[in-house]
Amino acid sequence: MSQEKPHISSYRSHVFVLAALIVLTGISVAVTTLELGRLDTLVAMLIAGAKAGIVLVWFMHLKFDNKLYTIFTVLVIVVFLLVLYVTFFDYSYR
Amino acid sequence: MSESTKSNHESFLEYKGKYRGILGWILSTDHKRIGLLYLYTMLVFFSVAAILGLLMKIQLIAPGHTIMGPATYNAMFTMHGIIMIFIIVVPGLPAVFGNFFLPLMIGAKDVAFPKLNLASWWIYVIGILIVLTSQFMGDGPPDTGWTFYAPYSFQTPANIVPALVGAFVLGFSSILTGINFVVTIHRLRAPGMKWLKMPLFPWTLYATAWIQILATPVIGITLLLTVMERTLGVGIFDPALGGDPILYQHLFWIYSHPAVYIMILPGMGVISEILPVFSRKRIYGYKAIVLSSLAIAFVGYFVWGHHMFTSGMSGRALFAFSFLTFLVAIPSAIKVFNWVATMYKGSLIFQTPFFWAVSFVFVFMIGGFSGLTLGSLATNVHLHDTHFVVAHFHFIVFGGTGFSFLAALHYWFPKMFGRMFDASWANMGWLIFFAGFLALYLPMFYLGIMGMPRRYYDYLPEFHGANILSSLGAILMIGGALIIIVNLVRSSRYGEKTNDKNPWGGKTLEWQADTPPTLENWEDIPEVTEKPYEYK
Amino acid sequence: MEKNAEHTHVHRDDEGDKLGMWLFIFTELLLFGMLFLVYAVYRYRNPVAFQLGGEELDVFLGTLNTVLLLVSSATVAMSISAIQKGLKKHALVFLGITLLIAVVFLVNKYFEWGAKIEYGFYPGGEALLELGHGTILFFGLYYVMTGIHALHILIGIGLFIYVFQQIRADKIHSTDYIWLENTGLYWHLVDLIWIFLFPLFYLIH
Repeated sequence: MSQEKPHISSYRSHVFVLAALIVLTGISVAVTTLELGRLDTLVAMLIAGAKAGIVLVWFMHLKFDNKLYTIFTVLVIVVFLLVLYVTFFDYSYR
Repeated sequence: MSESTKSNHESFLEYKGKYRGILGWILSTDHKRIGLLYLYTMLVFFSVAAILGLLMKIQLIAPGHTIMGPATYNAMFTMHGIIMIFIIVVPGLPAVFGNFFLPLMIGAKDVAFPKLNLASWWIYVIGILIVLTSQFMGDGPPDTGWTFYAPYSFQTPANIVPALVGAFVLGFSSILTGINFVVTIHRLRAPGMKWLKMPLFPWTLYATAWIQILATPVIGITLLLTVMERTLGVGIFDPALGGDPILYQHLFWIYSHPAVYIMILPGMGVISEILPVFSRKRIYGYKAIVLSSLAIAFVGYFVWGHHMFTSGMSGRALFAFSFLTFLVAIPSAIKVFNWVATMYKGSLIFQTPFFWAVSFVFVFMIGGFSGLTLGSLATNVHLHDTHFVVAHFHFIVFGGTGFSFLAALHYWFPKMFGRMFDASWANMGWLIFFAGFLALYLPMFYLGIMGMPRRYYDYLPEFHGANILSSLGAILMIGGALIIIVNLVRSSRYGEKTNDKNPWGGKTLEWQADTPPTLENWEDIPEVTEKPYEYK
Repeated sequence: MEKNAEHTHVHRDDEGDKLGMWLFIFTELLLFGMLFLVYAVYRYRNPVAFQLGGEELDVFLGTLNTVLLLVSSATVAMSISAIQKGLKKHALVFLGITLLIAVVFLVNKYFEWGAKIEYGFYPGGEALLELGHGTILFFGLYYVMTGIHALHILIGIGLFIYVFQQIRADKIHSTDYIWLENTGLYWHLVDLIWIFLFPLFYLIH
């Protein structure tokens, strides 16, 4: 496995990814000036999720690495979200 | 180079590395030496915590003040819990036998990160020392119980902070061991050892290591938050500052329930190694054991609430946690069927490791069933915080992890030390220990149902009879433990020498290595063609 | 990478080292994850106080720090690309920029915290204790979460300095750069956490 030639990302691709992340940050800041009420949190979290996804896939190289890392990452996120969900069985109905 | 190549033919117990004497051990990165370092450290602290337990049982032999007052009793059960949980049972099997046998069983020369492995032991020792300072500094030893429940844990004047920090450091050691094992299993299996040709002990270590990686940070941050609450006055769990103490319980058990599986899963692995060897039969349902181990690790994450049925959670949460708890019982029960079916029609060989393994299955079943009793809501309200709970978790944690630890110790003893233990003393030790164990904990089920609460130094006169039996059982069990320990320590030095690679007739890889193994385990890395446990 | 006096061979397994780093990252994700869980519970129970608390924070400073961290994530990724191509000078420049940004981030944090502490807005501080429970929780979490995050930045700075030296000494080069790669992964993790901290504390109303 380590004998495989590593994928080398170009500088350009990193700059593109960075641009996308900064644009998303801008959108996220701009959206808060709108009065979305309860949707506010949802939108902010969705944008943050998208940014996190971009960082994971490109900067952290999940796209080009062994698929094992992707599977593990998804599993870990699922475990965390389930723990959050199960915790709110308590708080949502207290 | 040439010098160390030469030393590769000496046993790991004897070779001379860069350092001599004790430094050659406490600075060694050899997984086998590190495993023994953990073993010796645990032996010392197990003795301490067992004596604390014995003293508590002597206090409870009669109602009222017999040998200690309430404050001492509180400090004792706290320290007994902290040592037994964080220093003995959680690291227990992975740190001792995982370190020693994981590389041997998968045909590797060492773990993936030998230096990190040594660092884990050092962090472990530092953690222990920090925990111990809590006893001798500040305003008295901790009296919160090993659970450090909020808000008491930041209200008591006792010296909680070192205990919290120490447990945090111990958690770090556990995480690093987990990372090491996962990488080792992924990267260092011998050629031909596909995932489904891996023996079951490494499989359970794999599942355990994932829990160590994903659950231990939860207790880490929880303890850290409590430290900050106590020292800096940050409002997190304190109701006076708006916090929710029940959230502390959530976080604590999000770790501590999976931690129970850190304790028991490798034990299940050990039993799955021993039973086929002493039945001369292929393990029944290899894949079922693998899958149920992974299932336990996963589902075990979502059942933590069953420790909190009476703390004021929402009704909806109670139902969810009770349901999930019943769910996690299924994979555990599958394993019991596997073990019994493995023995069925086998040519049973009645030797010490087998006795330990069978008694494990027995006590594990009692522990498991009493767990279901506690997992159902209605009975839980009655039994919560009584001696029934104490009996239940001692059957699992001590009966499960402790018995499998001793099973593993006897099973692998000749490989580890190159000497045989004295079998008749070992068997007698087992019998006395087992009898003492049952006499100690079975009455607690009764006491709990009758309503005797846990964590009190005193009780009502009507509980006297059963408490006498329980306390006598404790004395008997400690006697058995003494016989076992003295026998093993003696045998490790003076026992009959053996170079027999495979005294029990095992089929897994560790029995192909020299006895005791050499520095890097193998002349040539073995090639694996068969599945484990292929008895014809 | 594992050189060992007692072992007859030098065992090197970059893929294994990377797997180890990922597992460590998962540990960190769960550690911060639990802080997010605490935040979620208390926000759910104190929606108004958390909203008002958020309005006290400086959106400009928060946005600036967000952009800074994103840029530093890009530069550390570029320094990995550079080292893979054997461009030592480029790698050092990119890494130097990353290191600089990390320091600037902490300086900003210092001023941000400093301003609040001056007003008595710190755990146990008088101005904070006069306010309601929800606000105490909000600022408690603010300090704890950004504080632990800042601690990770500090560790990252240490790693960058070490890796920088190693590249200069040609210990890290185009065929052996796992230390740089793992440091990069760590730094992206620090960025990931901030990506969620930023909207939760500064933005959501």
